[in-house]
Amino acid sequence: MAIIKTENLTYTYSVGTPFEKTAVNNVNLEIEEGELVGIIGHTGSGKSTLIQHLNGLIKPTSGKVYIDGEDIWSKDVKLRDVRFNVGLVFQYPEYQIFEETVYKDIAFGPKNMGLDDKEIEKRIYNITDLLGLGRENLKKSPFELSGGQKRRVAIAGVMAMQPKVLILDEPTAGLDPKGRDIILEQIKEYHRQTKSTVLLVSHSMEDVARFATKILVMNHAEVFCYDTPPKVFMRADELTKIGLSVPQITKVFLALREKGIDIRSDVYTTEFAVKTIKEYIAEHRRLPNA
Amino acid sequence: MENIILAENVEFSYPADPESGEEAALILKDVSMTIKKGEFVAVLGHNGSGKSTIAKHMNAILIPNKGKVYSNGIDTADEARIFDIRQHIGMVFQNPDNQIVATIVEEDVAFALENMGVPQEEMRKRVDDALKSVNMYEYREHSPSQLSGGQKQRVAIAGIIAMRPDCIVMDEPTAMLDPIGRKEVMKTIRKLNKDYGITIVLITHYMDEAALADRIIVMDSGKIVMEGIPKDIFSQVEKMKLLGLDVPQVTELMYMLKNDGFSADTHIISEEECADALYKLLA
Repeated sequence: MAIIKTENLTYTYSVGTPFEKTAVNNVNLEIEEGELVGIIGHTGSGKSTLIQHLNGLIKPTSGKVYIDGEDIWSKDVKLRDVRFNVGLVFQYPEYQIFEETVYKDIAFGPKNMGLDDKEIEKRIYNITDLLGLGRENLKKSPFELSGGQKRRVAIAGVMAMQPKVLILDEPTAGLDPKGRDIILEQIKEYHRQTKSTVLLVSHSMEDVARFATKILVMNHAEVFCYDTPPKVFMRADELTKIGLSVPQITKVFLALREKGIDIRSDVYTTEFAVKTIKEYIAEHRRLPNA
Repeated sequence: MENIILAENVEFSYPADPESGEEAALILKDVSMTIKKGEFVAVLGHNGSGKSTIAKHMNAILIPNKGKVYSNGIDTADEARIFDIRQHIGMVFQNPDNQIVATIVEEDVAFALENMGVPQEEMRKRVDDALKSVNMYEYREHSPSQLSGGQKQRVAIAGIIAMRPDCIVMDEPTAMLDPIGRKEVMKTIRKLNKDYGITIVLITHYMDEAALADRIIVMDSGKIVMEGIPKDIFSQVEKMKLLGLDVPQVTELMYMLKNDGFSADTHIISEEECADALYKLLA
């Protein structure tokens, strides 16, 4: 069964005013449990509005949202439980840190869930180790930490609630390449260890291509496609046409095809590019001029 | 060519902690660099490498503890000349929302000119020219709150352009923008450099942006560790990775092919060059 399901989900902002705008238009989506989904789409494509529906921050104008089979807006479902099951990490989450120690900040969510102190401690240690925050930092004020560390503390607070679904809105925005790789690796490790469902909004096709098991592309308030990375990148041509920046490597292979070389166009990582080139050469019985 | 920025053996640390009296770590250690008039220089380095700190020395926001910085020939330690320096060396920061002060686009662009006491007629002309140069003229009567991040950043840049600077120092101007906003801002930066001859110092994390520069300076732990044209810098793939930096995907592909015994040129940094090279290999 799908852990996340939407049925004809539609949301219109500022109904009845000159600013009326449909941000999500008739979206039907089924996301299976355990996927690591990369969500791509340019600003205004509806991706932020869509994710805010998944833990009930926004009520659909029409249509339904099911989490784990339950309609989150039905009378029998408590929204509070939905929010414990679906953890949402906003952009620049480090701005939301407020507690006086790192420990207390991570504990904030679990405490609100009514967990006992022992369980909270266990979860904090687990997540601290997983994110490489260093247990010695738990007593520190979060404001003594570097920007990248602060962001990981903020993400840890949501991970410690052990939600069935974790959604992160651009978790790498504004970080340097090293900081970006650290956070993406840790999200991948969290996904591997907890086997939970993770949704990650990103502007970087390169990042999404490396980590996601599925890619959701939003365009003009609608789902453009939802599929595995190779299948999505097979449509690289169309992706470029809707204004998305496909990985540099993908553009190179599209250019090769234009030059008349019959090579596959679903190439999106450097490793895969090397493999594809070797296969092509082998097929055409040409030795590399090594 | 004339130097617009000259840094000589610059050392910098923030003041000691008043409570503990603990000495702060050195952020810049003996940094020397020159930026020539009309150049487009990108500065790379991971967080904490000192790249933003050196940028803030260029228009006297920070003054070296040791060493000297001359901006347009003026010693930045000369407090009496601070306004001269800042009129000629403008600065654009990461967050567009923190740089916009007025409620109407053209008023925001005029802000510095009003402070400088530029006459009304002259001001009108400079504001219009500045907005046109960043392609935001049609938005002159809009409220900044209705603009996208990329548009806001271009308004912030127009505010600097209106001062007719010789040089603009940009500290990660595209970090908070989406790919479309990034493209708009980069296009503007290149135009200002090529068509208007404004010197650009661009601090960035994006390797594709640095690839467009005339020269790249790489910083690590408060020192300059590499300097050269983009092709030469990015071809040193291993060294860049050790420094916690990336190279363009196409350069990495060439590097991997070379390691696998193909004759591949790691000086390739653009998609076109890469496609041409692969075409030769495959056709």
